[in-house]
Amino acid sequence: MTGFDWGVIVRALPFLWDGMKVSLMLTGAGVLGGVLLGTVLAIMRLSPYRALSVAAAAYVTTFRSLPLILILFWFYFLVPLALGRPVGAFASAVIAFILFEAAYFGEIIRAGISSVRRGQLLAAKASGMTHLQALRLVVLPQAFRAMTPVMLTQSIVMFQDTSLVYVITLRDFMTVASIVAGRDGRVVELYTFAAVVYFVICFSASLAVRSLCRPAIA
Amino acid sequence: MSAAVILAEGVEKWFGAAHVLKGCSLSVSRGEVVVICGPSGSGKSTFIKCMNGLEPFQRGRILVEGVSVGEPATDLPKLRARIGMVFQHFELYPHKSVIENITLAPMHVLKRSRGEAEDGARALLRRVGLADKDRAFPSELSGGQQQRVAIARALAMEPVAMLFDEPTSALDPEMISEVLDVIGQLAAEGMTMVVVTHEMGFARAAADRVAFMDAGRVLEDRPTAEFFENPEAGRSKMFLSKILRH
Ligand SMILES: Nc1ncnc2c1ncn2[C@@H]1O[C@H](COP(=O)(O)OP(=O)(O)O)[C@@H](O)[C@H]1O
Ligand SMILES: [Mg+2]
Repeated sequence: MTGFDWGVIVRALPFLWDGMKVSLMLTGAGVLGGVLLGTVLAIMRLSPYRALSVAAAAYVTTFRSLPLILILFWFYFLVPLALGRPVGAFASAVIAFILFEAAYFGEIIRAGISSVRRGQLLAAKASGMTHLQALRLVVLPQAFRAMTPVMLTQSIVMFQDTSLVYVITLRDFMTVASIVAGRDGRVVELYTFAAVVYFVICFSASLAVRSLCRPAIA
Repeated sequence: MSAAVILAEGVEKWFGAAHVLKGCSLSVSRGEVVVICGPSGSGKSTFIKCMNGLEPFQRGRILVEGVSVGEPATDLPKLRARIGMVFQHFELYPHKSVIENITLAPMHVLKRSRGEAEDGARALLRRVGLADKDRAFPSELSGGQQQRVAIARALAMEPVAMLFDEPTSALDPEMISEVLDVIGQLAAEGMTMVVVTHEMGFARAAADRVAFMDAGRVLEDRPTAEFFENPEAGRSKMFLSKILRH
């Protein structure tokens, strides 16, 4: 039993940082795109037009019954086929994450919209707003506020899920940490470091949002 | 009857299998105040929500300033912008301050500038006696104050008519009169209104006509004095005696 060599981490930092950038960019794109598309899905699902609500329900059910890793594979191989040209692992991962997360964010946002009293929508529409104006100006802000903690949890899960992209040759933070661990034979150091990094990021993210939420409701 | 601001004829509505409006008619002329009363579940809220198209109905027709509410081609948002509505539970937007509650529709529907909308909102707040509450949030106000803000919010759209759905029935007794005073003031200024209420003192003082609804039908619709002196239908007699007792 030799001592731990923490210097290995310092030497690998630039490499690890490249991996972290991949993880963060995928999370950012997935949350942004997922929330946008999820909002559209939620509005469709609650729409009185049956065609819209059925289409949205079918989408959500499909994506929620498939494992993320399968969807990653699927887009990695299918998007280039559909487009007739390669799009690269990163682009196909972004598309896969957005489409996958939208199904989950959509359900969260739908629950948020349903938690807002129906009278709010009626009052907004009674004042002359269109349905979409009433949603955008009155209902969605309340729905998002109610759902922020759940959406944060979903974002954290997603941040952790980005480590799956190793299956399509991308190198996220976790993948890079494993590579360094194997290459330098420093498994304990690297996996401890990775655990600490994930913990600090996820924990501070939840603290940040909690303090953001507090003064919001007057 | 082309002078009617709101004209409902033979309106029938079903919620699924439940037949909740069974041929309701009502005509409200410019400047007229009509009170609708009747037991709970008789269809009063549903009827006035049909008047601005918040609830669809299956038969009959409703004209607002001659425009048919039930017609698919009708621009309902535009029609609703001309009819103010006040709800039993106020329905102020909890995430917006009082002044933002009032300016939201004028800015986004009438495309007023913020300054113009805020000037209008302040004038309205003075009118309902809440000039100092512009920056407050709804949760910081009493029920009576919230309902007065809701009235100001509806007036900010400069409506041709106002619909009130039991505006005082969610209020503590000591706050009822401050809200009724504001509504009575509007009536005195000539606002066209339909008011669903059980406040018979208000009806006597402010209404031109009183309509009585029961089980989805308008059983009586008569000038106020006649309604109170000599209610025709046995049901409205019973209802009146019950309600006037306390
Ligand atoms: N959204 C709804 N879905 C199904 N039934 C409803 C709905 N709203 C009202 N009703 C029914 O319609 C009838 C009339 O209700 P409402 O118009 O609220 O009466 P009121 O305002 O006179 O108390 C009641 O029997 C009520 O249960
Ligand atoms: Mg009612």
